[in-house]
Amino acid sequence: MTQQVTRRNLLKMSAAGMAGTAMFGYQKLAFAASQKVVIVGGGVGGGTTAKYLKKLNPKMDVTIVEKNKQYHTCFMSNEVIAGDRDISTITFDYDGLKSHGIKVVFDEVTDIDTDGKQVKTKGGKSLAYDRCVVAPGVQFDFDSIEGYDAEVAKSIPHAWKAGPQTAELHKQLQNMKDGGIVVIAPPPNPFRCPPGPYERASLIAKYLKENKPNSKVVILDPKPKFSKMGLFEEAWERHYGYKTDNAMIEWYGSDGVVKVDTASKTVTTASGKTVQGDVLNIIPAQKAGNIAFKAGLTDGNWCPIDGKTFASTVKKDVFVVGDSSIASPLPKSGYAANSEAKVCAMGVYASLTGKEMVEPSWVNTCYSIVGKDEAISVAMVYKYENGAIAKVAGSGGLTPGKLNKEMRKREVQYAYSWFNNITADIFS
Amino acid sequence: MKQNQRTSLKKWLGLVFAGSMMMSGHAYAQFDRASMLADSCVGCHGVDGISSGPAIPSIAGMSEYYFKESMHAYRDGDRPSTIMERIAKGYTDEDIEAMAKYFSNLNYVQIEQKHNKKVANIGAKLHDRFCSKCHEDAGTLPDDDAGFLSGQMKPYLQYSMDDFTSGHRDMERKMKRALDKLDKAYGDDGITALIEYYASGEK
Repeated sequence: MTQQVTRRNLLKMSAAGMAGTAMFGYQKLAFAASQKVVIVGGGVGGGTTAKYLKKLNPKMDVTIVEKNKQYHTCFMSNEVIAGDRDISTITFDYDGLKSHGIKVVFDEVTDIDTDGKQVKTKGGKSLAYDRCVVAPGVQFDFDSIEGYDAEVAKSIPHAWKAGPQTAELHKQLQNMKDGGIVVIAPPPNPFRCPPGPYERASLIAKYLKENKPNSKVVILDPKPKFSKMGLFEEAWERHYGYKTDNAMIEWYGSDGVVKVDTASKTVTTASGKTVQGDVLNIIPAQKAGNIAFKAGLTDGNWCPIDGKTFASTVKKDVFVVGDSSIASPLPKSGYAANSEAKVCAMGVYASLTGKEMVEPSWVNTCYSIVGKDEAISVAMVYKYENGAIAKVAGSGGLTPGKLNKEMRKREVQYAYSWFNNITADIFS
Repeated sequence: MKQNQRTSLKKWLGLVFAGSMMMSGHAYAQFDRASMLADSCVGCHGVDGISSGPAIPSIAGMSEYYFKESMHAYRDGDRPSTIMERIAKGYTDEDIEAMAKYFSNLNYVQIEQKHNKKVANIGAKLHDRFCSKCHEDAGTLPDDDAGFLSGQMKPYLQYSMDDFTSGHRDMERKMKRALDKLDKAYGDDGITALIEYYASGEK
């Protein structure tokens, strides 16, 4: 092939070359102005967004502001509560994210000036941004339960944000006498990790069966039904005598806990029923993290977003990702937050470069360990359709084949792999 | 002069393309639909498609053909799985094509894991005799258009062999013939030895 190198051809070829470099990540040419992104919250949503922004453009100026120096994943924390796993295995620091050139500021965000485009911190910092990603996770609505607040939660843990309370709940189970009653009070919808309270009940029952076999778990639920309910109930029947006289798990629906008496460890339900427990696990109703309210990003209890990019529909140049966002039908789960964050990173990138947003795609996979050598899962693929996030018809669903022991056993190993891989994806 | 210009241009363009290949090897995200789709796979299958285990397999470096064949088989319910059938049903042929291309451009990295050396040595001999014709380099060659074997997650290898030998998973005739011969001569011990060999990461 002989091609004459004329001036015109040369220009054409170098243009092709430049388009090539821009496509392949050498962003110097396409990115003249500075691009500062400040991310509020270094959990699953915030951490993943930061990492994937850096993957899209290694030169981007990305800062995470996070209160805690260590992050404890909620996923697999039920195994810590049940004594099957050490808390160190669900503890992550920010060195991995820093190694990608992400700045991590350990401070508490007190306000976001969305007009002046600055994030303000308790430590007195003002961080200017071109785009801000808000990922504070959930906060608890302590007003929903009389006699329960952040202070009481230190001794009667919700353990719904993993960390010291996770260890505390495990300790209380260890100290409980055989024959004791563990009360779990799940929250009303919507809340973080819909199958979580029921996996917790399963794993606590597993601990009790192996260590304190005369004890039981009583679930006092405000909801008439719950995530993976059929699969959980079958597992409870197989492992914990569910619905028999010797049941180690009892579930009562449509009658949630409204009052806690800390001195006598007695809870009162909406219908007036009282239950005295030896260990209480009260998980209050939830709403978007406090900073989302302060920054004016909420509509009701959560933050409305454009599902295609996770841009706030309330404030310009702000994105909300993870549990705080209204991303239904995506659940408030760790895998969903991770998947949303990757779409959000592309959304932020598109908004900074003026490029057209890539057609988004999401996945949720969620495992629950229900007994020895047995796990169940739920999965779904999502797409963007008619201006909203939608389930892909025909995809997803629950673990099939209820009597297939081998498959359930494999799901335990896949659950552990899921955990190792998603945490590497976020934090390494 | 013209000749010189052409050569240097070629070189320069070559560098750009080499750069692009390097980038894909390192899995720098590109702003496109393939990356969008692949991003949601790696949450389970590992950073750059290399799994941290203990059981979910690595998918980086797989041949496009094998990737597509696997996804279609999952989608149609022709290949047994716990979760992949449910996931695969969410994607069009075009999506699968894009994902296949993306992961075929990444590098397969063998996993280091516990294994029994003695048994693995026996497995090496069995591999040479029964498997190596189709699975070259101990099953690490993407051009075989088969799943990776050596250095793949051990529980995954075990599950796969269980699915083949129990008849739950279809296999090509020549594979069935080889497995039958292996079974006749060595029974389950033969399969165990093979798995130890692949777990050893030896080639």
